[in-house]
Amino acid sequence: MNNSRRSFIKISALGAGGVALSSAAFSAIPLNDTINSGVSKIKPLPLRRTATYCEVCFWKCAAWAYSDELGSIQKIIGNQNDPHCFGRLCPRGTGGVGMYSDKDRLKKPLIRTEINGKQEFKEASWKEALNLVAEKMQNIKDQYGPESMALIKHGSPGSHLEHLFKAFGSDTIAEPAYAQCRGPRETGFGLTFGSWVGSPEPTDIRDTKCLVLIGSHLGENMHNSQVQEMSDAIDNGAQIITVDPRFSTVASKSQYWLPIKPSTDIALLLSWMHVLIYEDLYNKEYVEKYGHGFEALKKHVKPFSPEWAYGITTIKPDQIRKTARTMASAAPSTIVHPGRHVTWYGDDSQRARAVAILNGLLGSWGNRGGFYFKEKIKIPKYPHPEYPHPKWGWKEIGEKFPFAEMGNTTEVIKASIASEDQKYPIKGWFVAGTNLVASVPQKNLIEKAAESLDFIVVMDTMPMEITGYADVILPECTYLERYDGLRSSPNREPSVALRAPAVEPLYNTKPAWWMAKELGNRLGLSAYFDYETIEEVLDWQLKQIGSSLEEMKKIGVKNFKRKSGPLYLQKGKPYEFPTQSGKIEFYSDELASLGLDPMPVYTPHETPNRGYYRLNYGRSPMHTFSRTINNPNLSDLTDENTLWVNPKVARIENLKKGQEVWLENQDGKVSQFPIKVRVTERIRWDSVYMYHGFGHNNKKLSRAHGKGISDTDMITRIKVDPLMGGTGMRGNFVKIHIENPAKEVMI
Amino acid sequence: MKYAMVIDTLKCVGCSDCVVACQTENKVPVGYCRDWVTESVNGSYPQLNLELKSERCNQCDNAPCVRCCPTGASHKAEGGIILVTADECIGCGACIASCPYDARFQHPDGYVDKCTFCAHRLKEGQLPACVSVCPTKCMYFGDIEDPTSKVSHLLKSRKYKVLAPEAGTKPNVYYLI
Repeated sequence: MNNSRRSFIKISALGAGGVALSSAAFSAIPLNDTINSGVSKIKPLPLRRTATYCEVCFWKCAAWAYSDELGSIQKIIGNQNDPHCFGRLCPRGTGGVGMYSDKDRLKKPLIRTEINGKQEFKEASWKEALNLVAEKMQNIKDQYGPESMALIKHGSPGSHLEHLFKAFGSDTIAEPAYAQCRGPRETGFGLTFGSWVGSPEPTDIRDTKCLVLIGSHLGENMHNSQVQEMSDAIDNGAQIITVDPRFSTVASKSQYWLPIKPSTDIALLLSWMHVLIYEDLYNKEYVEKYGHGFEALKKHVKPFSPEWAYGITTIKPDQIRKTARTMASAAPSTIVHPGRHVTWYGDDSQRARAVAILNGLLGSWGNRGGFYFKEKIKIPKYPHPEYPHPKWGWKEIGEKFPFAEMGNTTEVIKASIASEDQKYPIKGWFVAGTNLVASVPQKNLIEKAAESLDFIVVMDTMPMEITGYADVILPECTYLERYDGLRSSPNREPSVALRAPAVEPLYNTKPAWWMAKELGNRLGLSAYFDYETIEEVLDWQLKQIGSSLEEMKKIGVKNFKRKSGPLYLQKGKPYEFPTQSGKIEFYSDELASLGLDPMPVYTPHETPNRGYYRLNYGRSPMHTFSRTINNPNLSDLTDENTLWVNPKVARIENLKKGQEVWLENQDGKVSQFPIKVRVTERIRWDSVYMYHGFGHNNKKLSRAHGKGISDTDMITRIKVDPLMGGTGMRGNFVKIHIENPAKEVMI
Repeated sequence: MKYAMVIDTLKCVGCSDCVVACQTENKVPVGYCRDWVTESVNGSYPQLNLELKSERCNQCDNAPCVRCCPTGASHKAEGGIILVTADECIGCGACIASCPYDARFQHPDGYVDKCTFCAHRLKEGQLPACVSVCPTKCMYFGDIEDPTSKVSHLLKSRKYKVLAPEAGTKPNVYYLI
């Protein structure tokens, strides 16, 4: 095989052969009753409900999928007993139907081949495709060792493959959800309280009196139970303080909106600490009892007065004081929210630590209305032989980051680029459920890696961009058509949720667990897959925790009583934090011993030059990652992203509402497609904003192709977090072109 | 009995879940909708105000669509709900033109369609799909003539508005402000 095959190719060999979708066949018989006489032509067929949990985002809300007699999914409704959704799904969950009914889905296994000198994909049988994947994996194992085969994954399919990879002997596993998203806050909170924040976050929003959001647009990010609890908190008169350069939706629900200058958040956080400490507003009893290094912190924040912060953040000193007092008066029922996508400027672990310290000063951790002690049920693993010990894995690949606790996708990609001093040579990728091209910036790295690698296999439900780089494409059926592992996640009380297939898989698609098992058998790892179907595994696991597959099919979610102790700290009872000192670490000896800042410091970041605007991006409530843009139900609501610009900027740049523009970043990277202008007061004049995940360039995504632009594509500069390797993605500035600059160059 | 919907604009985050739920519940064809979300921004940076509203047919007491329908397909049903009998509708579009809320559309099958307050669900004792799914629980539904209902209570205790009161249609969808 020659290397040129790595050019991105569009999937073009999808033949006919798919099963036609049964359309919703409703009879037109009107009922007699008056109210029905005009309802419409709907007379639904009897519906059957099946327990599932959502896979449209990572919140994994338990739900009921309703299917009709014709074997077609009609609607999806939240499970009332589920602490992730309380019976109400978000728009994406409700629109999950479209994931199943999308006619652009991957339908058959595909293998890259050369036809008449051109790169193409040809349809293949499952046997052919899996044989090829197993053969390539085995070759890599024989030649370089199993460690050289990497798994990059996200979501439910990932766990089945993780088992396969560990059995195979590879711990070279990573997911963009860590270094590209929430990793820094886990490090920051871990260093301070000894515990990860985790998912869902143990924020006691239901009972909070003051919710502080920093760059976290709760409500636009539909993190379901949190949004619901925030609504309850509003009913209960809770104060909301939002720090965001953009007038986010939640900023409009807040008593205080602090329109901060981008990249200066740590200055504000330090100044809030200053006010709490020097106005004597912090929780003294709590800090004395549980805190470590408070005196050092007190000294550290002395210079950071609100007046000092004003010049940096553009937030007026009286606003800083007022908001600090508001937080303190509600404490300990105050939450300074850890956020979710927190990879911004490269000092993100330290910013997260500042957030954690602030919560520590307020006494929020372990108190009602602050952060509760979460609990989950450990699901026993189906018995299998011990995994072999890999010689190296994600830890070694990310060795320069002392606090990395999960695989760093960027480092895995870098290690995949052949070089003479390649210490950890990666030769093959298995990419599952993550469209790397849209989730990891610096596309040139992905392309270089693709050139270097011996083999790439991609498993997905949709022809995402990453499938264009694959040698083999494995079409996974959607979550509505398959079993997956049990959902067990931390909450106030532990709960377990089942995902069962509501309908048979459409086309020639298969569940990930089946593919993992089939590959395991071919790789001589049958002992690790000692079952016929996943139902056996699920039933065995459920029986270990006092339920059964039969029971779970009926109830979907099972809630258990807490066993780990109370939800909050108990008065008079000692509590040891799982940190080095056993206390909340305002000062970190561990960081100091490594020559790193023991307490967060503010460092100025680059600001845009004249004519450039900082590129900010975020979530649309109707979409998740880049995976839902083609979903017919959801693209119907928002089918493209727009460029938010302040009217002042529109005036300077001579832009009109709805006008198509191109963007060029400071490295000369021009957007692939144009984007429409949205003139709005909701954005600062030094930044522009767009929703993440748009601008797909795969023509097989018929609704998503060329709609809007990809923010990730415009991110060529990243700021790396020295603690855990997170890739800060707010370092790119763009200028706005009315004409396509790429076209000018061509002329 | 008169059905009314009360929507708290202070809690709506504009996620459009109501729209998706309506589409899947009522099999509204892709590209059409019976409900939608509007956004209005007032002020200039940073003194701003944002209002998000889920809108739909207002099920008016004084409904121009019923008055102008030549076949009687648009009619007032139990609980004050305005419905369209699809088989009687000739698709003339008079009701579409008469509605000050632009709440009606021509279904690809030829008849005029719009929000029914999910009358088929009400019969089963369920709430309209949009209300039942709303993640911020900002939508309330009930009998406005029952003084003990939640909707009556909200309208008594909170400030509210209706859309286009000047049209004189007496809407039954209320917005808490």
